[in-house]
Amino acid sequence: MASYLLIESRDPWESRDCEAWQELALGLARQGNTVTLLLVQNGVLPARRGARGGDLAALTGAGVEILADDFSLRERGIGADRLADGVKPAAIDVVIDMMAEGRKVIWH
Amino acid sequence: MATQEKKTLTFVLMDAPYENARTTTAFRLLDAAVRRGHDVKVFAYEGAVAHSFARQAPHGNAVHGRNAKEEDHPNPKDWIAALMQAAEAAGATLEWMNCGLCVDERGVGEAIPGVSRGSPADLWKMSEASDNTLVIPTR
Amino acid sequence: MARRVLQIIETAYRATIEEQDDTCIWITHAMKGAGADLAVLLRGNAVNYACAAQDASGLRFGEKRQTQPPQLARDVASLIEKGVEVHVVEEDLAERGLDKGELIDGLRPVRRSELPALLGGFDQIWHW
Repeated sequence: MASYLLIESRDPWESRDCEAWQELALGLARQGNTVTLLLVQNGVLPARRGARGGDLAALTGAGVEILADDFSLRERGIGADRLADGVKPAAIDVVIDMMAEGRKVIWH
Repeated sequence: MATQEKKTLTFVLMDAPYENARTTTAFRLLDAAVRRGHDVKVFAYEGAVAHSFARQAPHGNAVHGRNAKEEDHPNPKDWIAALMQAAEAAGATLEWMNCGLCVDERGVGEAIPGVSRGSPADLWKMSEASDNTLVIPTR
Repeated sequence: MARRVLQIIETAYRATIEEQDDTCIWITHAMKGAGADLAVLLRGNAVNYACAAQDASGLRFGEKRQTQPPQLARDVASLIEKGVEVHVVEEDLAERGLDKGELIDGLRPVRRSELPALLGGFDQIWHW
């Protein structure tokens, strides 16, 4: 199987298509691929604990690693203590490292 | 900085300057790749060809009471130049190529030194010469 | 090194009049011409590019008429003629009320549940 990095820059309030992107992440994970979802820009907004948008829990339950860009979080005032369960902050360098690893990297 | 085998990474950018958060993220990625010592290739498509336009000029900010020097307003051409210098200092390369037709239709033919122009065939060659490619689309 | 690339095209009708093309379909044509091994997945609103009845002709600004309007269905059909597989998401067509009879020939419908398998067949995925 393959390894993927899916980058989510959109949020579910602005774009209904985030649901399709999460569905893709789930499908890839269930197929046995290694999947990381990196939230960037407004894509981090659903990662604030208590936010009512998206279903990040379903993704972590399926084995998708969910990371949130640390700058995007700080820019939006989302501290590490306010992150939804299963979401970890990460430096943007993770994209470079995963590209260098040879993952299939896809921006949404 | 983690020690990592040097790779060649291609990025395709599409957004024009001053329009979208994707531009900032794109430049953060280029900076991260350069700091890691990777060789970086950028194919600027559509509005992104304006990032390297040599005639961008900073301005003051009357709302905040800052003159041009105090405001220190970024122009992406300076970010590109700084990244090229950082790449050289890291023993790596940053190649920036603008889509030629996109440059012509936007009238931004005057680019900063070190920027080239090319075609989709060149993008394909870039990606073939790279270990990985990331397209950052516009909307 | 790029081997086999899937071009995902999702945004539709963005600057297509000014450019007289969809620039993502266009660049796919250009790279195919340069020898690239590509396939296309139309998803989201871009599935409408498969609608045969699209017509963007007739625009005029003052006395400046547009003489070469985009012909997006033709451009997608032309990719298929060149041997590029063009996949289209079935549910996205259905959500937009598009019947099979309204579409150009040669498309490869794919269900959302089949997308992971489709992506698995490519070395890189370029989402435009």
